[in-house]
Amino acid sequence: MPEWMSIRDTKHKIDNLSAEEVTSSYLDTIEKSSINAFTNINKKAIEDAKYYDKNQSDLPLAGVPISIKDNISTKGIPTTCSSRMLENYIPPFNAHVIEKLYEAGAIIIGKTNMDEFAMGGSTETCCGGTTFNPWDTSRVPGGSSGGSAAALAAGESPISLGSDTGGSVRSPASYCGVVAMKPTYGTISRYGLISYSNSLEQIGPMATCVEDIAHIMDVIAGYDNRDSTSIKRDINYSDAIINDSEGMKIGVPTELISDGINPKVEKIVWDAIHKMEDLGAIWKEVSLPTTKYALPAYYILAMSDASSNLARFDGTRYGLRVEGNNWHVMASKTRAQGFGDEVKRRILLGTYALSAGYHDKYYVKALKVRTLVKNDFDRAFNDVDVLMGPTMADIAFKVGEKIEDPLSIYMTDINNVPVNLAGVPSMSIPCGFADKMPVGLQIIGNTFDESSILRCAYTFEQNTNHHRKRPDGVN
Amino acid sequence: MSYSNTDGIMIGLEIHVQLNRLKTKMFCGCSTQYHSSPPNTHVCPVCLGLPGALPVINQKAVESAMKVGLALNCEIVEQTQFHRKNYYYPDLPKGYQVSQFDYPIVSNGKVAIEGEDGELVIRIRRAHMEEDPGKLIHMGSIDKSKGTLIDYNRSGMALLEIVTEPDIRSPKEARRFLDKLRNILEYLDVFDSDLEGAMRVDANISLQGGDRTEIKNISSHKGAERALLYEIMRQKNLLRRGEIVTMETRHFDEARGVTTSMRSKEEEHDYRYFPEPDLVPLRVKDRTEKLLQELPELPDAKKERLISQYSISDMHAKALVSNLKIANFYEEVASEVNPKVAATWIADVLKGELNYRDLTIDACKVEDIVQLVTMIMENKITDRSAVEVIRTLLDSGGNCMEIVEKKGLVKVEDNVVEQAVDDVLGENKNAINDYLNGKEQSLNFLVGQVMKKTRGRADPMIVRDIIANRIK
Amino acid sequence: MITEEDVERISWLARIEIDSSKSKEYAEQLNSILDYFQQLEELDTSDIEPTYHVDDLVNVLRSDDIKPSFTQEEALENCENKKDGYFKVPGIM
Repeated sequence: MPEWMSIRDTKHKIDNLSAEEVTSSYLDTIEKSSINAFTNINKKAIEDAKYYDKNQSDLPLAGVPISIKDNISTKGIPTTCSSRMLENYIPPFNAHVIEKLYEAGAIIIGKTNMDEFAMGGSTETCCGGTTFNPWDTSRVPGGSSGGSAAALAAGESPISLGSDTGGSVRSPASYCGVVAMKPTYGTISRYGLISYSNSLEQIGPMATCVEDIAHIMDVIAGYDNRDSTSIKRDINYSDAIINDSEGMKIGVPTELISDGINPKVEKIVWDAIHKMEDLGAIWKEVSLPTTKYALPAYYILAMSDASSNLARFDGTRYGLRVEGNNWHVMASKTRAQGFGDEVKRRILLGTYALSAGYHDKYYVKALKVRTLVKNDFDRAFNDVDVLMGPTMADIAFKVGEKIEDPLSIYMTDINNVPVNLAGVPSMSIPCGFADKMPVGLQIIGNTFDESSILRCAYTFEQNTNHHRKRPDGVN
Repeated sequence: MSYSNTDGIMIGLEIHVQLNRLKTKMFCGCSTQYHSSPPNTHVCPVCLGLPGALPVINQKAVESAMKVGLALNCEIVEQTQFHRKNYYYPDLPKGYQVSQFDYPIVSNGKVAIEGEDGELVIRIRRAHMEEDPGKLIHMGSIDKSKGTLIDYNRSGMALLEIVTEPDIRSPKEARRFLDKLRNILEYLDVFDSDLEGAMRVDANISLQGGDRTEIKNISSHKGAERALLYEIMRQKNLLRRGEIVTMETRHFDEARGVTTSMRSKEEEHDYRYFPEPDLVPLRVKDRTEKLLQELPELPDAKKERLISQYSISDMHAKALVSNLKIANFYEEVASEVNPKVAATWIADVLKGELNYRDLTIDACKVEDIVQLVTMIMENKITDRSAVEVIRTLLDSGGNCMEIVEKKGLVKVEDNVVEQAVDDVLGENKNAINDYLNGKEQSLNFLVGQVMKKTRGRADPMIVRDIIANRIK
Repeated sequence: MITEEDVERISWLARIEIDSSKSKEYAEQLNSILDYFQQLEELDTSDIEPTYHVDDLVNVLRSDDIKPSFTQEEALENCENKKDGYFKVPGIM
C-alpha cells in the first residue's frame, strides 16, 4: 500500500532495501494511480537510483525520490506546464533548483500536473486532464501545484517542489492535507522556473511534515548569480526545527477570517490558534486593511506579467506550431490552439491592462495597492512574530464546480495573494478536518523570517495529530 | 559661406550601435564573436528566449554606454531600469525586447560637426541600452517571401540607441554626423565598425509644411545620405503638387535607392512598456568620475594636439584623426621623421590609396613609410616614384627599399638628365620650332621624351625648367 | 468597458486568433473580471509610490566573461522546422 514517508523514513528504507527498490515502488504506485498527479515520469529515475545504490553517500537527499511541478525546467525530461503549447518541449538545461537537488543526491521521479502555466487554483485547466484530490476524488486538489500536493497525499512521492505565485503551493497543501512553504521573495533562484508573474512567484517545497520543508530549503535555497532577484543570505532552516513556541507572538488578521469563511473551517483555525496559546504562545488580533484590494491588484499584475512572459510561445523555436500563411498568422493560430481558455483570458486582460490608455488605470494602480499591502504587513510585524489564519476559506470544492466562473476561482486565493504582493514567507500546515476534508493553517512570517514560521509550525505539528491522518488506501 | 535651408529640412537620427567590443552579450555569457560562425551556435537559454531563462546585466555594457554618454557630453541618469518593449516578430525570441524607456542611461548631450556653413552643434536627446534581435534571412524578397530563416547568434547583443534632436539640415550633414559618431565610438574602443550590422540608422525627416516620416533599415552612412536625398525629393514633390506628407514609417531599399511605405497591420504597435521584473534598478552615476578618468583622448582633442605638437595643418590633422589607427600610425612615423612631410604623405596620399583599395592602415608598416619619407626628404626619389612605391606596397607587398631598388626608382644624377635633354633637343628640331612658334604642347612632348630616356626617374618639373631655359 | 472591437484589437496585439463569432462572449467575460478590478478605484493612491520590487536590490551586474553556448543541435533540438542550422518560419507578410 502507498504510504506517507518523510525524508528520514525514506532514507531509512533505502538503507534497508535500496534506492532502486524505493524508487521503483513509487513508480509502481504512480502507474496504478487514478488521481492523475503526474504529467511525465522520468525514464531515467531507476538508472539514477541504481547509481546511488552503487555510490552510497551521505548527501542530504541521497537516493530520495522527489516530484517536480511541471513548470520547473528539467534537462532531458519534458516540461510542459500542463499546456498543449509545450506538450513536446524538452528543456536543454536544468533549473537552478534541479541542479541543487541532483547535487544533494535526490532522484527526480517525475513531473507533476498543474493548472496550465500555473494559472488556476484547482488543477483542472491542464491539457492532460484534472488531478483529483486523494481525500475525495470528486474534489479538486487545489492549485496550481495540485499535482504535487495530490502526489504527496496519495503516497506517490515523499517530497515535491511546487511554485507559488498567489497561493499555488499553499492552496493545494491546504486542500490535500500536506505541508508547503512559499519562502521570502528572492530566497530560491527562479532560474529555470517558467515565469508566470516574475515579481510575485517563488518555488516552494512541499512535503508531509514540517521538518522535511526545512531540509528541502537547506538544499535549494541560496544565492544564484543567474537570477538578478536572488538574495545573498545564509540561513540554516533545519536549525529552526524547535518544538517550543513559548512566548512567540502571534497576530490573527481579522481580514483573513472574513465573512465568506466556512464556519467549520473558522472553528478549526481558532482551535489551532488556541492550541498555540496552550503551548505558550500569545496571540492578538491585528489588521491588514488592504486585504480586500489585494486580490484585484494581484490579478492585474499577474495577468500583465503573464501577457509578456507568454509572448515567447509563438511556434518558432520550440513547442506547438500551427501553420499559417505568414508568420503572424502562424503565431496567432499557434497561440489560439496551444493555450487553454483561462490562459488566453489572462493574456488578453494583461495585454489590455498594459495597453495605451489603460496602463495607469490598471497596472500602475495595482503597483500602488501593492505598496499599501506591503505597508500592512510591515505594520503588523512591528508587534508580532508570525500571523496565523486559514489558508483557504473552505475545504476543497468539487471538480467542475467553479470552472465556468473564473472569478469564483480567483476568489479562493484571497488569503494567499497578499503574501505574494508583500514578498513575505508563508506556510500551510494541516490543522484539522471539516467534512472529512483537510483544513490548512496558514502561518505568515516577516521577510527572511522563515525560522519563526518553521518553529511555530513544528511545535504545532509535534503537539497535534492532524498530520497523522491519511486518505483511504494510504498508509 | 552660408546655408539657407530654404525647404526647412529637419532631420533627426536614431543610431543603433552594437557594442561589439564587449566579450559577451548584454544579458548572457554568450560570446559576441559570432560573425564568421555557423548560425545558432552563439546562443543559450537566455538569448534564445527559452522558458525559465533569466537575464543578468553585463557590467561592462553599462560602463561602455556611460562612456559613450560622457564622450557625447551627456548627463548620466541618477537611477534607471530596463523595460520590456512588447511586440511580435520572429527575430525577437521572447516576444519582447529588453530596452529602456523613460529613464535612458544618458541624455542631453551635444556633438559639434562641420555643417553646411561652419560648425554645427547637434544635440543628443538620449542614448539607451537594449538588446539586439536575431537575424532574419528572407528566402526571396521580404514581401513575397517563401519563408524566413532565423539565426539567433546576434540575439542579445548589447545595443546602444543614440537619438539626436532634429538639428540636422541636409543629407550631407547627416553623413558627417554619422562619420563623427563612428569616429568617437572607435576611439572609445566600444565598437568595431568593420563588423556587419555594427551600426544601423533610422532617420526622421520633415520639410516645412509637411509631417515627419521615419526611414528604417539604413545600414551605411552613404545609405543614410542617399535615403535622405531620395526622401527629400519625394516630399518636395508631394508638397509642390499640394499633396500632404503623412506621418509614416518607410523602408529604405538599398538596391533601388528608394524609400517605400511600410504601412500594414503588422506594423501597428502598442509596445506596452513596463519595467522588466527580472532585473533590478541601476544606480551607477557614482561611477562617472572613474569612467571619466578612463576616457581616452577623443578626436577633437587629438586634432588640436597634433596641430600644436607637430605644427601640421588643420586639414591634415582632421584627415589623420578621422581614423584612430591612422592617427596612431602617423604619430609613430612622426616620431622618427619630419612630422609635416609625414602628415602630407599619410593624409594626402596614403589614406586615399587605402580608401581606393578598401584597405585599412593595417596593410602598411610604419618602417616603410619612415624610409619613404626619409628618401623624399633626402631627395633620393621623386614624388611620383614615392606614390608608385606606396601603390606597390599596397598591391603586392614587400618593403620600401626593395621596391625602390627593384624598380630602379632611385633618382638619376643631374648630368644624366642633362645628357638626355641634349639628345632629345638634338633629335626633335620640329618640336622646338613649334614651341618657339607658341605651341605650348610641344614642351610637354619634349619633357615626355626626356622622361622616356631616363625611364621616369627624372623629376619632370626640373626637366621642364631645363628644356625651357635651353630653347628660350 | 471592453467592446467587441477591443477584443479584436487586443487579440491581435496578443497574437491569439479569436473567431469573430466569439468576440462577444469574450467581451462579456473580460468585462465581468474588469468590473471586479474596478473596486481599486475606491482607494485613494495619489500619494502612494508603486512597488515594482519588494526588495531594494540595485546594480546586480555580472562581469563580461564568456560562458559556454549551446551547440547548434542543442539550440534546434526542440524545433521541427529548421533548415541548414536555421530556424525556419513562414514569410513575414
